[in-house]
Amino acid sequence: MNEMIDNLLATGLEMWSWFPADWQTFLLILGKIVLILVPLMICVAYITYAERKIIGYMQIRIGPNRVGPRGWLQPIADAMKLLFKEVIIPTKSDKFLFLIAPVLSIMPALAAWAVIPFDRGMVLADVNAGLLYVLALTSIGVYGVIIAGWASNSKYAILSSLRVGAQIVAYEIAMGFALVGVLMASGSLNLGDIVEGQAGGISSWYIWPLLPLFFVYFISGVAETNRAPFDVAEGESEIVAGFHVEYSGMAFAVFFLAEYANIILISALTALMFLGGWLSPFEGFVGADHWLGASSLFWFFAKACIFAFCFLWFRATFPRYRYDQIMRLGWKVFIPVTIVWLFVEAVMVVAEVGPWAV
Amino acid sequence: MNRVKHFIKSFTFFELLKGLSVTGKYLFATKITVQYPEEKTPMSPRFRGLHALRRYANGEERCIACKLCEAVCPALAITIDSEEREDGTRRTTRYDIDLFKCIYCGFCEEACPVDSIVETHIFEYHFEEHGKQVMTKEKLLEIGDKYEAEIAANKQADAAYR
Repeated sequence: MNEMIDNLLATGLEMWSWFPADWQTFLLILGKIVLILVPLMICVAYITYAERKIIGYMQIRIGPNRVGPRGWLQPIADAMKLLFKEVIIPTKSDKFLFLIAPVLSIMPALAAWAVIPFDRGMVLADVNAGLLYVLALTSIGVYGVIIAGWASNSKYAILSSLRVGAQIVAYEIAMGFALVGVLMASGSLNLGDIVEGQAGGISSWYIWPLLPLFFVYFISGVAETNRAPFDVAEGESEIVAGFHVEYSGMAFAVFFLAEYANIILISALTALMFLGGWLSPFEGFVGADHWLGASSLFWFFAKACIFAFCFLWFRATFPRYRYDQIMRLGWKVFIPVTIVWLFVEAVMVVAEVGPWAV
Repeated sequence: MNRVKHFIKSFTFFELLKGLSVTGKYLFATKITVQYPEEKTPMSPRFRGLHALRRYANGEERCIACKLCEAVCPALAITIDSEEREDGTRRTTRYDIDLFKCIYCGFCEEACPVDSIVETHIFEYHFEEHGKQVMTKEKLLEIGDKYEAEIAANKQADAAYR
């Protein structure tokens, strides 16, 4: 039996060496992309299930429990249903933009994962401007929504995309400023280096010196992903379903995949930049040989899960903001708060107080 | 002073955390969902479901075609035709209830002097063809025969409050 496996491995390796060198790199990267995206898509599918279950529990219901044991096959059933539905393209819509919009919204949500380090060195593209890349891609994501609203040629959709546009501009600034704080603390745009800068247990994570920026970042993240209580883009009580009112079938599903992929992305980023990513919170208390003390993929996953849970918790708790309140919060609260704290942080850096050494 | 208080409150997320704690508590609360086909909620003896026409113990139908139910029916769902039977009693030849018109108010049941027309506990029923929603005398009597024990028990349970 072992011999057979060895033989298979040997032939496999031989077949691998037949490929030219640049093909090998290409295939290797392709393999890595699949390794990232497949678990990600599974996570996206199951966060929809988790959302329905958690919100159900918070409303003293039990949520979906009919499809498969405990309802575990519910997301698959939902996906099958949407797959077999007709994609209706409105007659007066701009057909090309109408179909490209869902792609535009999911593409950045997936592409941003290229620079997310899951563990030490476990990253697809270890680029030095990782943070900038992420910031750029999360901003591109909004184009999908705006174009969807425009291409639909529907009043509700266009209103929704206007709302999204204004909201994203407002919160992008606060988000960017919050990231400047992280940048000042770590002195690097490389997400791996940012995490390494937080080594030394729970007390040296950036969340403590950057607490206001952490809150601003996470709340802006909720606003960026158009999640409750900032989901005026959907605003079903006023504008039906907002930008995706004209979408159906898989085109509609892609918007939802993008929304949930963005939730996971924001959760992962918050975990990386403020909670020390894959680093163990017990570093220094428990030895690195024990699983609690060792930094691992598990910690990254656990931290991201906490934030993903918060997204769902917020949705179950808060009523939707009024639009002018959203604008007020973005422009008149978050931006001043971040600017003040950046100044405080600068003073701290100059006075050499704080955990960072720049 | 109030402004300072408001300022501190909003910057410590006081109200938001309060809200989150409420939903957080309910996350662990006992769930009240009734899983319908397997579990059912308790039902009052006064529940007003599908109609039935009852008979006396000797097999004689109760309805004497007094048309009080037809008169009281606010949705005009009941249609009755009657004539004299050979033994000289007045009986219905037609007793139709259109269930699409019926609002299940229970007035027919209350109006009936002989406890003939009643509303049963049956609420899980459907129609597969046009016209099938009209409950004829035969169908109503059939339901009455089938569920007589249950109907009688419910009448008994509610008798003290009538």
